[in-house]
Amino acid sequence: MLRITHLFAAIAAAGLLTAPVHAAELTGTLKKIKDTGVVKVGHRDASVPFSYLDDKQKPIGYGVDICMKVVDRIKAELKMPKLKVEFVPVTSQTRIPILMGGNIDMECGSTTNSVERQKQVAFAPTYFMTGTKIIVKKSSGIKGYDDLKGKTVVFTQGTTNERAMKAYNDEKKLGINFIPSKDHAESFLAVETGRAVAFPMDDILLYGLKAGAKNPNDYEVIGEFLSDDPYAIMLRKDDPAFKKLVDSTVAGLYKSGEINKIYTKWFQSKIPPKGINLNFPMSDSLKESIKNPNDTGVGACGKMKC
Amino acid sequence: MDFGFLSQPAFSGGGTYFDWVLSGIKWTMLVSICAWVIAFTLGSVLGVLRTTKLWWLKGPATAYVELFRNVPLLVQMFIWYFVVPEIVPKTLGMWLKQGMPMPEFWSAVFALGFYTASRVAEQVRSGIQSIPVGQTHAALATGLTMPQVYRHLLLPMGYRIVIPPLTSEFLTIFKNSSVALTIGVLELTAQARTISEYTFRTFEIFTLATVVYVLITMAVTVLMQLVERRLRVPGFIGTGK
Repeated sequence: MLRITHLFAAIAAAGLLTAPVHAAELTGTLKKIKDTGVVKVGHRDASVPFSYLDDKQKPIGYGVDICMKVVDRIKAELKMPKLKVEFVPVTSQTRIPILMGGNIDMECGSTTNSVERQKQVAFAPTYFMTGTKIIVKKSSGIKGYDDLKGKTVVFTQGTTNERAMKAYNDEKKLGINFIPSKDHAESFLAVETGRAVAFPMDDILLYGLKAGAKNPNDYEVIGEFLSDDPYAIMLRKDDPAFKKLVDSTVAGLYKSGEINKIYTKWFQSKIPPKGINLNFPMSDSLKESIKNPNDTGVGACGKMKC
Repeated sequence: MDFGFLSQPAFSGGGTYFDWVLSGIKWTMLVSICAWVIAFTLGSVLGVLRTTKLWWLKGPATAYVELFRNVPLLVQMFIWYFVVPEIVPKTLGMWLKQGMPMPEFWSAVFALGFYTASRVAEQVRSGIQSIPVGQTHAALATGLTMPQVYRHLLLPMGYRIVIPPLTSEFLTIFKNSSVALTIGVLELTAQARTISEYTFRTFEIFTLATVVYVLITMAVTVLMQLVERRLRVPGFIGTGK
């Protein structure tokens, strides 16, 4: 009951909030963290290399590293060096309700900042730029989206890629048979076992799945970008004090160049659990976002109208 | 609560979100009823086999019931959908995955049907075994053979006795059909989840889904009460109130 009372207090406070971070009165998420002594960090289990579990079931990744910088900042700001960090696993479907319900304070994964989601939640500055492509088996003979006509395609429920692919299907009248699945690992399994011929997902995650497959050379990631997907830490809406803290932490990493170290660690070095190197140099659009930190979202249907 | 979103055009496929709900109801009904046909037929056969004195009939039936009753439904669903196509010969496996129409639907129907059959079998067995053994002896004494005793005494009485618990099983199959969403059948619960993702009207859509499930199960209850009343043995069982 205590936590629910806090939550109500937090929501009420967030609504009234106008004060900056350094005000004496804490509000919103920061007050909740101060009162409970715990910061709750949402993570994913198979979003390689952003947020996933290593062989000891510990959440790691590029997004998790950036979030830990935010946690360090919260510790300093609240003068709570012993602040407890609690990791909470979330999925594509649960991340928004869990965040809004207060069971996590920020989500560090592979969440696209979209205009539609901004009606429900807020985002920190973009920390990665990707877009929708598809992964297929080389033996399938699929060379582009139009080869998917009448074929079966698997998607992960609750993703922006689902929408981008469906919008493309509607526009081009491909008559694709869609099957839903609950997470990326299961979607990839459907392609691996031949139940579906393709899986639309952010290309970087597809490279991660390919690298972790039993026979990585059996698969290829193909197609033009169906959508642009800027990733960012997801926060509760209407909590400017907390957002400001997170924003300035992320922008600080960009300014100091520390982001390059974190980027190299996850995208251009060997990563756990299998010691694979994704060899994914920083894209120009990400360099641009790092130069000018921003939380601009993208439209709901990728590059199609909807 | 604002249900206005139901009449909005849905994101994909042309219809409104209400059409998605209707399609969800359709698949819930189809999965449940097809699975019930399997469960009732197979369950009846197994239930009868478990009451015979012949070990080579009784043994396999008992093994079936213990296996299917003791493995969680969710696990069975995954086995039929993901594992079976990989262990059968390759051509058959590919047909199961891509060749046959609606592989998710049929996997769900068979998984749910085979699972519920084990439960129906137990009900049928208990119905038959609840008939006093004296009646069987009396029937045999009048010159009926054992198959005739089943046909004219044990089955007609046994089924009537177990109508109430069978009603529960029939209701349960509608509720268990929601597990089919884990292998990609877009039945009512799956549609509710999808709609909640697209519209963020989580509270409204799940309230609607709840009401629909209650209406379906109430309709089944009324139907089964009619059956019960129709088939009752006066002064004995099945008053149908």
